[in-house]
Formats: sequence, structure tokens, C-alpha cells
Amino acid sequence: MNLIVCVKQVPNTTEVRIDPKTNTLIREGIDSILNPFDAYALEEAVQIKEQHGGTVTALTMGPPQAEQVLREAISVGADKAVLLSDPAFAGADTLATSYTLARAIRKLGDFQLILCGKQAIDGDTAQVGPGIAVHLDLPQVIFVRRIRDISGTELVAERMTETGFEAVRAKLPALVTVVKDINQPRLPSLRGKMTAAKAEIPVWTVKDLDLESGRIGLQGSPTWVRKVFSPQPRSGGRRFEGEPTAVVDEFIRTLKEDGML
Amino acid sequence: MSVIQVIQDQCTGCTLCVKVCPYGAIAMKDQLAVIDLHRCTLCGACVEKCPVQAIALTLERKPIEGMQDYQGIWVYAECRQGEIQPVVYELLGAGQRLARARQVPLSAVLLGGIGIGGHAVHLFQRGADRVYVAESEQLDVFQDEVYSNILVRLIREHKPEIVLAGATSMGRSLIPRAAVQLGTGLTADCTGLEIDAGTGHLLQTRPAFGGNIMATILCENHRPQMATVRHKVMAEAIADETRTSGEIIQVLINDKDRISRTAVEEIVHDVEETVNIMEADVIVAGGRGLKVPENFKLIKDLAGALNGAVAASRAAVDAGWIDYAHQVGQTGKTVKPKIYFAVGISGAIQHLVGMSSSDTIIAVNKDPNAPIFQSADYGLVGDLFEIVPELIKRFQSLR
Ligand SMILES: Cc1cc2nc3c(=O)[nH]c(=O)nc-3n(C[C@H](O)[C@H](O)[C@H](O)COP(=O)(O)OP(=O)(O)OC[C@H]3O[C@@H](n4cnc5c(N)ncnc54)[C@H](O)[C@@H]3O)c2cc1C
Ligand SMILES: Nc1ncnc2c1ncn2[C@@H]1O[C@H](COP(=O)(O)O)[C@@H](O)[C@H]1O
Repeated sequence: MNLIVCVKQVPNTTEVRIDPKTNTLIREGIDSILNPFDAYALEEAVQIKEQHGGTVTALTMGPPQAEQVLREAISVGADKAVLLSDPAFAGADTLATSYTLARAIRKLGDFQLILCGKQAIDGDTAQVGPGIAVHLDLPQVIFVRRIRDISGTELVAERMTETGFEAVRAKLPALVTVVKDINQPRLPSLRGKMTAAKAEIPVWTVKDLDLESGRIGLQGSPTWVRKVFSPQPRSGGRRFEGEPTAVVDEFIRTLKEDGML
Repeated sequence: MSVIQVIQDQCTGCTLCVKVCPYGAIAMKDQLAVIDLHRCTLCGACVEKCPVQAIALTLERKPIEGMQDYQGIWVYAECRQGEIQPVVYELLGAGQRLARARQVPLSAVLLGGIGIGGHAVHLFQRGADRVYVAESEQLDVFQDEVYSNILVRLIREHKPEIVLAGATSMGRSLIPRAAVQLGTGLTADCTGLEIDAGTGHLLQTRPAFGGNIMATILCENHRPQMATVRHKVMAEAIADETRTSGEIIQVLINDKDRISRTAVEEIVHDVEETVNIMEADVIVAGGRGLKVPENFKLIKDLAGALNGAVAASRAAVDAGWIDYAHQVGQTGKTVKPKIYFAVGISGAIQHLVGMSSSDTIIAVNKDPNAPIFQSADYGLVGDLFEIVPELIKRFQSLR
């Protein structure tokens, strides 16, 4: 079974902060990481391969340094990796990103399942997975928490909903996106790390893919960011400090004054 | 030539662009701004900030043909188990505002099993002028392909300018599919939707980078402009009981619509009602400050005294003190109760994005510098093990 995992390099958003004085983003020392949800997609693919045989190919679109997450993918069991990198891809929204990834997947050839993370933590859109499915005309199962069963022609997956889950049977080839309940990603083994360090990772540019130029990068993106700003902090909050019973007394009294009680 | 360029003669080396770039893509070289195209996402923040118009973002973008033909605001009226989801009424609230600003009608799209059309009256009461109804046994349970085929066909036929849907598990599966089929833009999880008075375009505001920044997104040249919104983010449309009729348009379903390569085999509801923090008026949330699982009882007792629901930070969920279904935040749920108690929670941005639109936020934390206090209306500084039992006593005596 040939499996393709789409992974993305993202800034570690826990470290992204706004400088309260200058009102701009503090960027120093923010490192880039493998999108956490994609680690689950990778692990699931590797587990399927271990059970049913086949290959796992990791795919990313990003700047040259995004190669790092592909090496990480190889270190935990991916067999192959491809980096899509070209300044012409810059500014891609989810439509252009999913189009570009879909074209690369077509070039990779025969596959039964594409796995994506639920969402990428920089944009949190959860749109790229379904986008790839449409571009390749595949059925999809979104927010999968367990793959119950998979054969060469079908899978049954549990898809998370607000109140529980739905078991969905899908014909292969298909695309799934996964949530973190699905598995516990393994740590890379020493051998995995060595394989990853040595691996040759091809870089595909615009020239290597069969693309319509109007559909990639910013040009191919219907949405674009008009402006960015920092969220408004809540103002006028009151504070109660001191000895615990006094704090609670004062707090309850204020609640009553404010008509909250 | 690249789409973004520094016009060197005009650049004064003021470094404002370097500071404003959210992606760290601009650096100074020989006192001129230089853009690293591998990092740049062409967001245009620098273009707007530059006081001397020294950064040019040139793009050949043409509006799609017949853009003017797209008119009216649509809301996808999501039903689950035959029931309209509350987010729909919130979308109709937002939809009414947008329809007024654009002076166009507001419509709702109702897809579901036999009898679903009976809900149309509720949609009229909440401001819809027109309801498209597709009723069929095959629509009883949600299936991505069937639902999106019908929705896409309707949109192509009737050409709305804006389509809104809930950012639910269904919405986030269906709407991205439909948007890509239509080749248009989609903005997920919007917290603000406004019409630009000058251009008439939809300004879609949403958090990015886990809520650390807000971004306003535009879909200028494509139609429809599509957006999803989380439950409890927008104010609900008020029901007008007298407004019981409007135009109903029955949608015929053809054989092509019905093609699906997926089938739902089983639907399981295993989240208890008490966990439904998304509907609760009062929420008491506990974090790592509770130290050990047994102490989570304090949170349950305080919630009991206030007749509220129990929630948690991710730290508490990861520690296994409580189920994931209770997690609030970026990777958990978005809640908007009247009162949100944050106990022993530091207020990391990923937590704040899930609860910051609560009406009133009350924080208990022993660290006076905890970021949660910046978001709190009432900040109680002190040891939760002393304060919370006291609070439970007081609230119990008040009941
Ligand atoms: C991609 C990503 C997604 C995330 N998603 C979420 C999410 O959805 N939800 C979420 O909550 N987090 C999320 N996080 C994690 C988030 O960054 C924080 O790590 C987490 O919210 C911290 O939880 P906490 O406040 O309970 O713990 P801590 O940050 O450890 O805070 C504990 C607080 O308790 C206080 N305290 C300790 N003892 C006492 C006492 N005796 N009395 C009073 N106060 C006391 C401390 O002063 C401290 O402020 C996410 C992180 C990432 C990277
Ligand atoms: N640039 C990219 N390269 C490869 N995969 C991506 C990229 N962007 C998004 N994805 C995949 O799509 C998922 C959802 O991302 P998003 O729609 O951006 O939230 C991610 O978890 C990845 O699996």
C-alpha cells in the first residue's frame, strides 16, 4: 500500500508573542517545528505500512529550510520525501496550496491513501486536506480518531464529531485528516536519525510540476491577508489581593455591587 | 520581477517594515530594506506600514467574470439528527447585518432527511427571507460528497456573494470541499465579519498563530466569499415570532448528486451532556495549578455550587486529570459562557483564544504576574487551595 503524508513546517506558536511596547511580533529565537498534528498522520501511515507493507512518502511545500521536517519524517519511518520549494509558491492560500500539493501527488504516482494533520497550528484552517481531496477527486474522511480497518480497496475510519464519532466506510484511494487521539507518535530511533541525515531529498520547483501558473502562489490565491494586528486586551479588570478570606469578602462584595449576584 | 519589491530610491531605512513583518522576512542591508522571499507570505503588512510607499506589492489580479451577478447572503443551516444547530441562528444574526449593509436578501440552505423543510419557519423567524430546501432520505446523514455536490450546484445556479457556515465538524468537512469545487476563497473560524463600506467586499477577521495575532482577510476577486464561524462567537439573531413566512425554494436532487464513495456505518454519541461546555452559562475551569488529580474535585465542587460546567486547560487534560472533551482552547473547544472561572490556569494564548469572548472572566492564581489576569474582569490573587474552598462556602450559602 502506498501512503502519502503531507507535513508542514510551522513556527512554534507558543513562542510567538506581541511586544507590548512596540505592538509588533517578537520573533527572536522562535524555532520552526513539524506541525504537531502531522506527527500523528505520519505515525498512522508508518503503522499501516508496518502491517500491510508498502511505502510512506512525506511531502511538504515550503521554503528550503522546510527540508528539516522531511528529515524528521524519515527518522520516524517515512521511506521517501519530496520538498516543493519555489519563490513562485509564496503567498499561497489553502486553495493554491492544496492545488500545488495535489499536482505533486499526481506526479508521485500510484497511491491508496493520503494522510494530513487535522490542521496546521500557524493558520488553523483545516482546509488543505479537503482541498487536496477535491483536486484529486477523492473521497475524504476528516478528523479521524481511529482507523478501524484498511484493505487495498477500502477503509473504515472513526471520524470525530461534537457529540462522539461516526464510523465511515470509504473507497480507496482516499484522503484522511487525523486528530491527536489516533495514536502516540514514536520517537526517532538512532538508526532512523542516521537514515534521515543521509537521505537524498529531491526538491521540485515550478518546472518539475505540471501546473497552471495562475493557480499557484499568491496569484492563485483568492484570499489574501489585508492586515495583521494584535488582539485587544480586556481592560478595566479589578484585582483582589491579600489575605484569602479578605480577598473573597471583597470579591463577593464587588460582585454584588456590579449586580452579578 | 517579483510581486513584492523594495523601491530602493524611496526607502529611507526607517526599519518600520522590519518591525511590523509578522514573518521575520525583512532585514536591513546597507540601510535599505531587503525582503527574503522564502519567508515572505506577501501579507502586505509592510506595504501598509511604510511611511514613504517604498514597498510595492504588484499583482495582476482580475475579478472573475460576471462577479456582479453574485448577490445575496447565504447561511448554511446545519442540521444534526434533524435538529437545527444553534450556530445557525448566530450566523443568521451576522447574516442580517451583512444583508442590511449590502441591501440584499438573506437566504438559508437546509439540507436533510424527509421533513427537514419544517424548520424553514424557524429560519424565517430569525431573519431569513428565503429558504432553499433539499429533502431526501439520502440526506438523512451527512455525507461530504453528496452534501457538497448539492451545495455547489445551488451556489453555481443562484450565485450568492457571501456564504456563511458553522465551523463545526460538519462545516469544516463540507465547506472546504465546496469552496475548492467552486474555486473560491474560504476563511476559517472568523471572529469578525464586516462589509467594507468603500468596496462592498467582506472583511473577514480571524485569529492566526494560535491567537497571537489577528488577521483581516479579503476575497476580492472571487465569488462567493465564504467563511466559517465557530459556535458562540457571533450574537444570535433574535426570533421574531410574527415573521413566519418567506419564500421556500424546493431543490430537486438528481442522480449525480447522490454519488458517494463514503458511507456512514455507525453514529455514536458518547460525550455526556454535562460535558457540553459549549452550551453552559457558567464554566469553572481548572489548570495545572491543581497539582494532583484528586484536587480536581475542588473545581467540580465550585462548579456544583454555581450550577456550572467543568472545563480544563490542556495541561490538566494532558496530565490525565480530566477528559479531552472538557478542554478549552486552540486545540479544544471555544466557549462563551456568561461567567468563566479560570482556576490555576496561567492564561497561555492557546487557552485564551478558547475563552476570551466569555462575558465575564474571573481568575484565581497565586502568581500576580500570570497573563490570565490581563484578560480577567475579576482577578483573585492567592492560593487556590485557600480561596476556592472559601468561594464554595460563600456561593453555597447564597443559593
Ligand atoms: C499547538 C498547541 C495547542 C495548544 N492548545 C491548547 C488548548 O487548546 N488549551 C489549552 O489550555 N492549552 C493549549 N496549549 C497549551 C498552552 O500553551 C499551555 O501550556 C497550557 O494552557 C497551560 O495550562 P495551565 O495554565 O493549566 O498550566 P500552567 O501554565 O502550568 O499554569 C498553572 C498556573 O497555576 C498557578 N498556580 C499554581 N499553583 C497554584 C495555587 N496553589 N494557587 C493558585 N494558582 C496556582 C500558577 O501560578 C500558574 O499560573 C496548546 C499548546 C500548543 C503548542
Ligand atoms: N505547505 C504544506 N505542505 C504540506 N502539507 C501541508 C501544507 N499546508 C498544509 N498541509 C497539510 O494540511 C493539513 C492542514 O493544514 P491547514 O489547512 O493549513 O490547517 C496539515 O496538517 C498538513 O497535513
